[in-house]
Amino acid sequence: MSISNDLKQTALYDTHVSLGARIVPFGGWAMPIQYESILKEARAVRSNVGLFDVSHMGRLKIQGSGAAPLLSRVLSVGAISMRVGRARYCLICNEEGGIIDDCIVYRNADEDFLLIPNAANTVAVTDWLAQWNTKPDTVSITNITPETAMIAVQGPQSAPMLNKITADDILSVLPFSTIHTQIDGTDAMLARTGYTGEDGFEVIAPENEAARLWMLLVEQGAASCGLGARDVLRLEAGLLLHGNDMSVDTNPYEAGLERFVRPDRRGYVARAALLRARDEGVERKLVGFFMTGRGIARHGYAIHKEGREIGEVTSGSPSSSLDRNIGLGYVPADYSAVGTPLQIDIRGRLIDAEVTSLPFYIRSTK
Amino acid sequence: MTPENLKYSEEHEWVRVESEGIAVVGITDFAAESLGDVVFVELPDVGAKLTQFEKMGEIESVKAVSDLYSPVSGTIAERNDSVIDSPELVNDSPFEEGWMLRVSIDDSAQLNNLMSHTEYQAMLEAQA
Repeated sequence: MSISNDLKQTALYDTHVSLGARIVPFGGWAMPIQYESILKEARAVRSNVGLFDVSHMGRLKIQGSGAAPLLSRVLSVGAISMRVGRARYCLICNEEGGIIDDCIVYRNADEDFLLIPNAANTVAVTDWLAQWNTKPDTVSITNITPETAMIAVQGPQSAPMLNKITADDILSVLPFSTIHTQIDGTDAMLARTGYTGEDGFEVIAPENEAARLWMLLVEQGAASCGLGARDVLRLEAGLLLHGNDMSVDTNPYEAGLERFVRPDRRGYVARAALLRARDEGVERKLVGFFMTGRGIARHGYAIHKEGREIGEVTSGSPSSSLDRNIGLGYVPADYSAVGTPLQIDIRGRLIDAEVTSLPFYIRSTK
Repeated sequence: MTPENLKYSEEHEWVRVESEGIAVVGITDFAAESLGDVVFVELPDVGAKLTQFEKMGEIESVKAVSDLYSPVSGTIAERNDSVIDSPELVNDSPFEEGWMLRVSIDDSAQLNNLMSHTEYQAMLEAQA
């Protein structure tokens, strides 16, 4: 496979190559899919610490007196009531309720927010914000993706490992909260967030310090991890991937994301459509399933029930943490109850599966 | 057993001729490395007929699905159920414990359609 020259490279690209990563195209970027072994990398995150380069994700600063009102208008949760130093997971829906992207929004000051869209959706999100920015003299939107890097430090030992090299105590930072401090002398924003189902932090730092910080963490014993391990870990944790498990053609109620939606807010762009979905219910739902027969479900495989096709697998993988093959897919709401037997069309053979509750994996908390 | 004494197919399967008319089949270290962590192997039952260069099974890593192609024509005499129960053997020991099938081959002349170790190495270098 040749890697196109059109792909963007993160500040850590040379570091990945020097560490032996296999590079693939992802969302317009040349990213590491794995170093030595996806399963070893996933195990490192579940047992110790793993590092992920997530610099390809967008970083949009939204500032000014109109920032909170603009975000409240386009995000699935209110931004005006957010406390400074907190982060929220949210969806960006269009007027039909379709999901343009899922994001984390951080409030760094009263009039200073940071929004993290997916790499492939950064342009769409930027355009959507601009479209609804009716008072542009009160809001500035700045893309700081190029001058910053973002590293996810994930795993049960990530907090003590980072705490040894940060200027401030980070152990007391709450989940979905942030701290601005220095890592080994470099200014960085740390958020206790992630996409693996483990404790951990996402670190935003100047792009010219990224390689040094990465190698510093490797020296501390963290494992370099690629997108392959990240995909297995997020699926085990029941976390959805935009573009696979949700899209502009699905709404949050179909995707099982209703807990991240406050539709009944004046001025919210998706209010009418999402209130309708909430009150009238939805015809199809995203479910988690595990294979009861021998086989691995993959993205795009058909889901069958009683001899007919009823839906499609949106994500599927072997799960090393659970020692089972797991997946997500859309089925009619009538077939979404836990315990419902399904069949997956695995390259022409119907293999048994069963609907299960999400998440598949829950970390043990001491 | 050393890889130097094996025959190879373009699809990265190896063949070891054990005795007259009996061959053992597996995939090469290059194939195993390219796939990544092997998590699933599907092979036909003992007694099934194989045709040279046609599909004999499937192999899956965490991220990829690939077909396996038989490097010989013949009848399956034995299947290595250890690789079905523990697919990681294909990564850990592709030429030994990760073997897949023992085949009673139809026509030993077919072995001439395969590459020597030197030829296989040359093919890998040409593709690199």
